[in-house]
Amino acid sequence: MYYQKEIETMPVEALKDLQSRKLVRQVNHVYENVAYYRDKMDKAGVRPSDIKSVEDLRRLPFLEKEDLRNTYPSGMLAVPIKDCVRIHSTSGTTGKRVIAYYTQHDLDLWEDCVARALSAAGATVDDTVQICFGYGLFTGGMGFHGASQKLGCVTLPMSSGNTERQIQFMQDLGSTVLCCTPSYAGYLADTLTVSGLTPDDIPLKIGIFGAEPWTEEMRASIEKRLGIKAFDIYGLTEISGPGVAFECEEQNGMHINEDHFIAEIINPITGEVLPEGEKGELVLTSIDKEAFPMMRYRTHDICVLKRGKCSCGRSFIKMAKPMGRSDDMMIIRGVNVFPSQIESVLLKEGYSNNYLIEIDRVNSTDTFDVFVEFLPEDFDDTIKTVTAREKRLQSELKKMVGISPAVHLRPPMSLARSDGKAVRINDKRKLL
Amino acid sequence: MAIKQISVYAENSKGALSKVTGVLADANVDLRSLCIADTDEYGIIRIVADDTKKAQEAVTAAGLTFNVREVVAVAIPDESGGLHRVLEILDRNEINLEYAYSLITAKVDSAYIVLRVDDNVKTERVLKENGIRVLGEGDI
Repeated sequence: MYYQKEIETMPVEALKDLQSRKLVRQVNHVYENVAYYRDKMDKAGVRPSDIKSVEDLRRLPFLEKEDLRNTYPSGMLAVPIKDCVRIHSTSGTTGKRVIAYYTQHDLDLWEDCVARALSAAGATVDDTVQICFGYGLFTGGMGFHGASQKLGCVTLPMSSGNTERQIQFMQDLGSTVLCCTPSYAGYLADTLTVSGLTPDDIPLKIGIFGAEPWTEEMRASIEKRLGIKAFDIYGLTEISGPGVAFECEEQNGMHINEDHFIAEIINPITGEVLPEGEKGELVLTSIDKEAFPMMRYRTHDICVLKRGKCSCGRSFIKMAKPMGRSDDMMIIRGVNVFPSQIESVLLKEGYSNNYLIEIDRVNSTDTFDVFVEFLPEDFDDTIKTVTAREKRLQSELKKMVGISPAVHLRPPMSLARSDGKAVRINDKRKLL
Repeated sequence: MAIKQISVYAENSKGALSKVTGVLADANVDLRSLCIADTDEYGIIRIVADDTKKAQEAVTAAGLTFNVREVVAVAIPDESGGLHRVLEILDRNEINLEYAYSLITAKVDSAYIVLRVDDNVKTERVLKENGIRVLGEGDI
């Protein structure tokens, strides 16, 4: 079940040669066209001619989300804008938002990556693929959409929400493949049970789930309740979108599409490259992109890389499920949220920066609560004053992060103050 | 005229109310009335005390979150339709009533009612014009 067998099963030596050739070309492309990164290389004393093979990759400077912020919106664009055919974006407002540009070539390689994921999970031209990732600027919907069509599957662009209609279409149109976030898959399963349906009542066989962390326990539960085999997929908008890495039939780690991306694991504190098999931060380099190439982009996802003989026949290195973050980013309902975003809204709205974010998962859906201390003068004798303030803050926070938290105003000095490092996040989901 | 009301924030949890009453009892504050508005998460305890200043000092010292504001208090005949007459006057004059509750009174033939409105001055004026007795701090 391959989409591009020759590439996916390429001997490791040949793969390394291919990577080296592409890397050299990519470095030159970036150096010539992206002034921001050229400056970084100049400051680090590295010239494009110093990079001759993948072994030299570690000489290049890292890129951080901070760099993408500094260059917002188009400072990292490596081709004239007229050569681009699509733009995607991460959620969140200016500052944290990343604008990703694609030429037709970039879209093709991205869709190839996702098509490999669909094939590896067992999808073929005979399947009907129901895509319940959000469509729009988010890469989830469109990324799967193009790939599914490329593979020749009947493609249902459902987007997210309207769960009853999702199940009805599934039944009426015979969807065999489901693509969404793992929490939405769990929610679909809950809804199925509530409607008195069993897995036998729906034609699904395969699920490909990503965009947020999930556990093996969740996999087992979703597989049982939807009557499917569930596969993980990894990606990020900065690198292209979903499909940077994907699971095969072994369901044991995700193959990185190494003909397009080089993966490294580093010590997140020192930046030193760690030997294969050691736990650290995943760093990704695109080697085949035209519009928005990323050199040594720090994902801040903590994981392990392992190359071995896989029973599926693929030679691509495997990454384990991310085990955590080396920064404070939270993924809530598939959306990336940083505490600094919450903080900036609170300060703008006149609150103190003593707050607590609480995340949990109830009935397969993430709950998102923000506790904030009000100022003494904000309190009066009516409930409606407090409620109005909570509503306003909720709407401002939604504008900033893209999803709506439940806001709870508390009296001054009532939220726990820690002696040392402030505890701002209480993630009760036990995902990692 | 208007009388002072002190509103104290309390979490909606066991012992939260008795903590507030304890603070006031220790300060020898005599409560003339108490009214609670609550949500799932917290409550607002509205209190009329014999000595608001003393009550305010006590809750400040205890570190409680509170608010002091003036409310209108009226005496109405303790008979059927007594409160309704007052509310009708407010309606007629387009005065929005936020909430109301009763006050303790030693008099057997009158009921004392606290009215929380946006415009105390106007409320007292129209009530007086309609023959309703408005109370002051000295009356309670």
